[in-house]
Amino acid sequence: MNIIISGYGKIGDILIRNLTEEGHNIVVIDKDSYVLTQATNLYDVMCVCGNGADYDTLMNANVKNADIYIAVTGSDELNMLGCFLARKLGAKHTIARIRTPEYNDNNEGFNFLKQQLDLSLVINPEQLAAKELFNILKFPSAVNIEHFARRKFEMVEIILKSDSVLNGMSLIELRKKFSENFLVCVVRRGDTVYIPDGNFRLQAGDKIGLTASPAEIQKLLKKLSILKKKARNIMILGGSRTAYYLSRLLISSGNNVKIIEKDKKRCEVLSSLLPESTVIFGDGANQEVLMEEGLLSMDAFISLTDMDEENILISSFASSHNVSKVISKVNRTALSNLAEKFGLDCIVSPKKMISDVIVRYARALQNTEGSKMETLYKIMDGKAEAVEFVVEDSFNHVNVPLKDLSLKPDTIIGGIIRGRKAIIPSGNDVIMPNDRVIVIVAGQNMDDLSDIIK
Amino acid sequence: MNTKTVFYITGKIIITVSVLMFLPVITAICYNEIHSLLSFLYVIVGGFAVGFVLTFLCRKKDGVLYAKDGFIVVTLAWIASSVLGAMPFVVSGEIPSFTNAFFETVSGFTTTGASILTNVEAMSKSMLFWRSFTHFIGGMGIIVFVMALIPAVSGRSIHILRAEMPGPTVDKIMPKAKDTAKILYLIYIGLAAAEAIMLLFGGMPLFDSLVHTFGTAGTGGFGIKANSIAGYSNFCQWVIAVFMVIFGINFNVFYLLLIKRTVSAFKSSELWTYLGIIAASTGFICLNIYSTYEKFSDLIRDSFFQVSTIISTTGFSTVDFDKWPTFSKALLLLLMVTGACAGSTAGGIKISRVVLLFKIVLNRLKLLLHPRAVCTVKVDKKTVDPDVVSGVTVYAVLYFVCIIAIFLILCIEKSFDIESNLSATLACFNNIGPGLAIVGPTASYAGYSALSKWVLSVAMLMGRLEIFPILLFLSPSAWKKAG
Repeated sequence: MNIIISGYGKIGDILIRNLTEEGHNIVVIDKDSYVLTQATNLYDVMCVCGNGADYDTLMNANVKNADIYIAVTGSDELNMLGCFLARKLGAKHTIARIRTPEYNDNNEGFNFLKQQLDLSLVINPEQLAAKELFNILKFPSAVNIEHFARRKFEMVEIILKSDSVLNGMSLIELRKKFSENFLVCVVRRGDTVYIPDGNFRLQAGDKIGLTASPAEIQKLLKKLSILKKKARNIMILGGSRTAYYLSRLLISSGNNVKIIEKDKKRCEVLSSLLPESTVIFGDGANQEVLMEEGLLSMDAFISLTDMDEENILISSFASSHNVSKVISKVNRTALSNLAEKFGLDCIVSPKKMISDVIVRYARALQNTEGSKMETLYKIMDGKAEAVEFVVEDSFNHVNVPLKDLSLKPDTIIGGIIRGRKAIIPSGNDVIMPNDRVIVIVAGQNMDDLSDIIK
Repeated sequence: MNTKTVFYITGKIIITVSVLMFLPVITAICYNEIHSLLSFLYVIVGGFAVGFVLTFLCRKKDGVLYAKDGFIVVTLAWIASSVLGAMPFVVSGEIPSFTNAFFETVSGFTTTGASILTNVEAMSKSMLFWRSFTHFIGGMGIIVFVMALIPAVSGRSIHILRAEMPGPTVDKIMPKAKDTAKILYLIYIGLAAAEAIMLLFGGMPLFDSLVHTFGTAGTGGFGIKANSIAGYSNFCQWVIAVFMVIFGINFNVFYLLLIKRTVSAFKSSELWTYLGIIAASTGFICLNIYSTYEKFSDLIRDSFFQVSTIISTTGFSTVDFDKWPTFSKALLLLLMVTGACAGSTAGGIKISRVVLLFKIVLNRLKLLLHPRAVCTVKVDKKTVDPDVVSGVTVYAVLYFVCIIAIFLILCIEKSFDIESNLSATLACFNNIGPGLAIVGPTASYAGYSALSKWVLSVAMLMGRLEIFPILLFLSPSAWKKAG
């Protein structure tokens, strides 16, 4: 597909990387010719220097034949105007990043805006990040958690600590020992991602992804004695937009939120917007401030400042003081790998989330025939994917027992949802029309359910 | 440096060149030249062996090419292709000395057209075909060709395109490098086919029209007759002259025409400067040599042909311009330096750089008059990036430094006169071919010593790849792992 990306910033970069890997033709528009040179040096893309909402620039970028126009510049208004013009000039779909709370908070106004500008998709990174953080906090035992089929099915990622009972156990033994219905779909060891078979033995330090229904997961984690109690008292460092959205979600579900922000003005704004929270004016990099505000009695600590480095350092301070759940926001991929070496397992990257959403959107557009892709998550730090499909009649392997299907290597069916029932598939299960099938693949892309068959 | 990926790509290119050698094999079969046929087959087998061993030893999944590697890949690929391309001449014994064969092949791939052959007509048809076909491959670029065919080695392939495509800036016309390379080659082959058909229509035999089309398309200039094009009909001479001008135009212009953006295609100031220079030079030369001609049409045709052959850096000829008056010869020498448009198959400094240099000089003068003035260099109503401006000035300086160095080396060697040595330097460095005096259109480079031939071979490569890749290739720091 022909995709135009307006704005080469951090999000633009991660989008280009993911979308070029998917094989799309990409044109990048930016005002700064210097960053464009970097873009051409790094990726196989064409660059047009100019304003993303300017007629000539858009024409030079061949907007007439564009399938998607994605506006991710720093300015919401420029994004909206660019999308509007691109749509009028012939782009088939438009995606805008709009993050000012005024445009987003009021649902009626937001829908009006989206409709009038004919936007296919609006992305708000901060809101997405807040929702993701909220999900993690609801379930603090996992490093990461993804939902499928409207929460009927979940995939949780956990890291095996050195004292875990699972260490050294093969997956067959695991099945025998625990009566719960779950499946270990994917394991990351070092830099390699494995789709394990029954003889695979787990080790300390592995990051494993397992699928099951939410109730089964709770039971399993209780047995493994890694179930942490739900967070009640939460400290957020940095009063960014993400912090605001997250606090709103947390407060509405009855948690105590304490926000530490070093800008006085921002503190005042936050305290007027979020009267139920405690807003502290202070520098979170100062350990004294953190201790004084009761870091030790917190259930969770979330570092959301704009600086990746600051987030990593302060989070590792917090986790060294045994705060039970520490989450840090790290946008740069290179740094998030480094952060893991610091012992921080729970890392959230808003930029990556947006990229997931857009990649999923682009893939769903491309795949108009065949089974519909419902959700797509990049898991295990982008090295594997979990995709949910709705099985259409056109899928020609229905009612075949799974053991008779020859799947591609590094592919596994993680779950089947039939009506309200979640099935952990065994060799005798079959795929039926209208099922939702969750497929986990490592090191390749899935467009259609038929892609899993050799 | 990423040695493995670099050698992997070099291996791929050796294989590609070997595959392309099947075309002269077909020629050899058609003309029943058993000896040449065998020579080509030996070389093809050898090429495949080396190529496959290299790609097998250096295969690696995720090779990343950085800017430095791009330069080295390009240089290495060009040297490897030239060595391989020279082998058929050596093996068959038609050009027994390796130095001479290498010179001839480099001259072919770099689309220079400088020859060491004293009697072209004695060569076998398949060797002549291969010699001219190297022009066609080298014109658009060996690596660009490979890129159009094989999947991209990495997203950073722009470094290779940039190192091989002439001109101060390289614009992609499609989002993907592979598609850009494909479109360029389609335009290139399409135009070449048009020329070949016109030549056939003009009564030129099939073999001759193919060979001359290769020479024109790559702006190379290897002929197959002692008197180059002079023996063909007036119509054929016109066709070749016009196509030489066409192949000197930036290929982006043709692309814009192809997608029907005529207005922006003709907005390019480089195009108009190029055509203007051709018109003016033709006019001046007509005035200068007016007295020696009887028929006006011959006068116009000869002047235009010689101007277009030199400015497009092709190197065919219809008259011995060495016998022209000094003013005309001087004008031709100047045209050798300017060359044609960036993004074409021609050599030389390139018109766009010349235009930029003039604008920089004018700006400087303005700055002297108004010390507080803020001046930006503008081309086509767009401000030129300061990086490009400094890049062009550096290139110009380097260009003259290289010419002086090569000229001096030639002068040490042999007791040829200054005119021959200077024109030989310019003709090789700018990828034209024939120079003046001892290396004039009717003579050859056979008289130069082995050392001079090697120096001129390097000069041709430098001219084709625009100096930087060769200089970086020769600098030790490029080869250091951490350098």
